Amino acid sequence: MKRFLRAEYVFLQKPLNVGSRLLLLLSAVIVGGSLYFPLWKVHLEAPQYQEGLEMTIYAYKLEGGNGGQDLKEINMLNHYIGMKPISAADFTEMQVIPFMLGLFILLALRAAVFGRMGPVVDLFVLAAYFGMFSIGAFYFRLYTYGHNLDPHAPMNVEPFMPVVFGTQQIANFTQSSYPQMGSYFLCIFMLVLLLAIWFSRKEQLPSSLS
Amino acid sequence: MKVLRTSVIGLACTVALSLVLSGCGKKDSGTSAGDRASNAEATYVAPGEKDEYYLFYSGGHSGQVFVAGLPSLRHIVTIPVFAPYPGTGYGFDVESKQLLGNYTWGDVHHPALSQTDSMYDGRWLFVNDNANNRVARIDLHDFKTKQIIGPLPNSSGSHASSFVTENTEYLFVSTRFSTPLPKGTVSELENYEKDYKGMVTALKVDPQSGEMSVGFQILMPPFNFDLASTGKGPSSGYVFFTSYNTEMAHETLEVNASQLDRDLGAIVNWKAAAAAVADGKGTKMEGVTVLDPATVPGIVHFVAIAKSPHGMDVDPTGKWVTAGGKLQPTATVLNVEKILTAIEQKDYEGDFRGIPILTHDKVVEGEVPVGLGPLHTQYDDKGNAYTSLFIDSAVTKWKLPPWTDAEKQDLTSVVKDKITVHYSIGHLAISGSDTKKPDGKWLVALNKLSKGRHINVGPSQPESSQLIDISGEKMKLVAEAYTEPEPHFAQILKADQIDPIEVYPQAENKNPNAVWELEDGIVTRTGTTVEAKVVAIRSRFSPDKIEANVGDTVRIHVTNIEQTADMIHGFGINEHNINIVVDPGETKTIEFVAKKKGVFPFYCTNFCSALHQEMQGYMIVRESGAVEPTPETGTPAPTVKTDAVDGIPAVPATENPDVDAPAPVEPNK
Ligand SMILES: [Cu+2]
Repeated sequence: MKRFLRAEYVFLQKPLNVGSRLLLLLSAVIVGGSLYFPLWKVHLEAPQYQEGLEMTIYAYKLEGGNGGQDLKEINMLNHYIGMKPISAADFTEMQVIPFMLGLFILLALRAAVFGRMGPVVDLFVLAAYFGMFSIGAFYFRLYTYGHNLDPHAPMNVEPFMPVVFGTQQIANFTQSSYPQMGSYFLCIFMLVLLLAIWFSRKEQLPSSLS
Repeated sequence: MKVLRTSVIGLACTVALSLVLSGCGKKDSGTSAGDRASNAEATYVAPGEKDEYYLFYSGGHSGQVFVAGLPSLRHIVTIPVFAPYPGTGYGFDVESKQLLGNYTWGDVHHPALSQTDSMYDGRWLFVNDNANNRVARIDLHDFKTKQIIGPLPNSSGSHASSFVTENTEYLFVSTRFSTPLPKGTVSELENYEKDYKGMVTALKVDPQSGEMSVGFQILMPPFNFDLASTGKGPSSGYVFFTSYNTEMAHETLEVNASQLDRDLGAIVNWKAAAAAVADGKGTKMEGVTVLDPATVPGIVHFVAIAKSPHGMDVDPTGKWVTAGGKLQPTATVLNVEKILTAIEQKDYEGDFRGIPILTHDKVVEGEVPVGLGPLHTQYDDKGNAYTSLFIDSAVTKWKLPPWTDAEKQDLTSVVKDKITVHYSIGHLAISGSDTKKPDGKWLVALNKLSKGRHINVGPSQPESSQLIDISGEKMKLVAEAYTEPEPHFAQILKADQIDPIEVYPQAENKNPNAVWELEDGIVTRTGTTVEAKVVAIRSRFSPDKIEANVGDTVRIHVTNIEQTADMIHGFGINEHNINIVVDPGETKTIEFVAKKKGVFPFYCTNFCSALHQEMQGYMIVRESGAVEPTPETGTPAPTVKTDAVDGIPAVPATENPDVDAPAPVEPNK
């Protein structure tokens, strides 16, 4: 046990080689890039909506397809079942996500400059936590929309869970929900962090520390 | 003996006719199985697929324009123009009522697509009203009637219109009926020759907005001007008119206007006329500058054309003009180059009231024996002409000049094909025939009689349109369809040449009475005017209660705040003869005087959504002077105490003196 703790301590103190530091710079760029692409997309299709209705989620905004019209249309249809209108204002995490992504960029640069294993692991753990939290929050958001239905709405439907990842049938609509390029960027970001850790795993501690 | 022979022939004709008629509906159509398959293939537009062309056909005395698709020939939509059309609420709201004026019908004959450089530019469609001397402009951006000009001054029976010039500088209109001028003048019919006048009108078209205004007019003899065609290429700057009744008969025209072997067609140099107007050579009549071609030489020339011609059609090169001599079995081909030479050399064979008549033989290229009753001619992209034959009930395909000497010797040799149509064709249409680049794929025959080719619908029978494939050497009849009365001419436009909107964008709605949020819907009262700003959205009106007193002027502005295609809402009020239909993003206003006490439901008339039936509200009309208990408005409603408001006496509801709304139907006596 003591040996493991020692090894772990030593591992976290390990210096990063040039390759790892470059990978950290790359990871910062990838996080930056993710801001420009959608994270998630919800697509609805029905017999009378063959062209589909689309709602796209970015790190900082919610966008309806067809110049915003699709979101209005989705809300229009949802009012019949008493669902609260979906609005960007409800997605409080949208104010946090850009801040967090900026923080990731800073932490990646910091780790590259400090050149130690510890901050990279910190960043990885933080990013993983944040990713899972975001998906959980998104799930909760959709759950809330699907379960807080106005009992006085014209149409009574059983509370339902909109699908977060995958495809399902809701009344006349086929709803599909999948991650998009922005999310892939964030996954790649995590992978790059792992690679940075991997490439410096055999680095020797400076003699003063060993 | 002669009498006997006539009656024998008559009997033979009757027998033949009855044989033909009795054959109808019993025999098969004669279309072989192979043809059935290939015709179906050529015209079939599978579910979910779209037609390749728009067919804009005039609705005749329905006053409307019909839009169909080609090659399916399916009617897609009706564009109301000169008559109210409850289907789209046209003629019920303030704006379209204003467009219609006091007329409730029109007679649409000749649609014309706007052109730029002698090609369709997809901006506007102009149509005439032969009955009330009007011309309308439909915007192809939203397929709506935007302007109706007229009744035009000094002009009666705008049959020969609307014909656009190469760059839509002008639209030409001429008089089918001559009358004493200015309008309102009475002169006995015996004075027809002397006192009755014909007129050519040039309507100016604003190049940006399309707004039409009366440019100038040209005084003409009292012939019946019939159809026209504008020049291009060598005939640029000219417009050609046919006329009948050179006899100037004023009664029983059927006989009296058919006496001369030739009638005078008019060749109008509109550029010279516009220049003469600019030079101050006209005189004012009813506020319009009128040119007298007898005193302003060079703007009008006549040419004699075989008997009572109807159509006058310039070919795509602008070099040839074909006139159909209705009562003679030939189509007269005029040579534009020779016309210009004759005009230049003053090669006249006489004059009519000071207007020179060009020497016939010097300008006519030939008379093509196309068949009986030639009316109109259209052109393809391969130098062929297609002439409709009313009496023969056929279309003849023939070759345009230049002809070889051998062909000139025997013009039957330029006739290539003839196909029977069902029955008695009037106009025919080929896409782009009036432009410099026609599209030689389809020809639509617009027939006057359908005579029971359809399943029996009683005595009021529809018109028939037939689709003819003209891509090969031989014409091939491939499909037919029926329409309500009564298409005359048509224009065919490639569908990909325009991109109309599907909703009115909210950002572009500048109507000051539009409201866009449910909570902004409001009813206010100012004096005796009740004004409601109503939001329409799936599936409610906001507000859904409108209160007024008898005698109030009620103005209701309905805004359909949807921005989704085809999410159209209607607004109909019970027993008020009012129904408007509001497209997504549109605001429409209705105005009426509340005349009956009571509670009147209003509802969405255009099926919109699953809860469409629930889309309704109430208009409550109280006794004049009654206090509204719960005003919808933010300001308290003033009490109206007078018995008569704005000259409208307060009336007991039971008497139902309403003129706007029809009285309840009385039981049969
Ligand atoms: Cu509706």
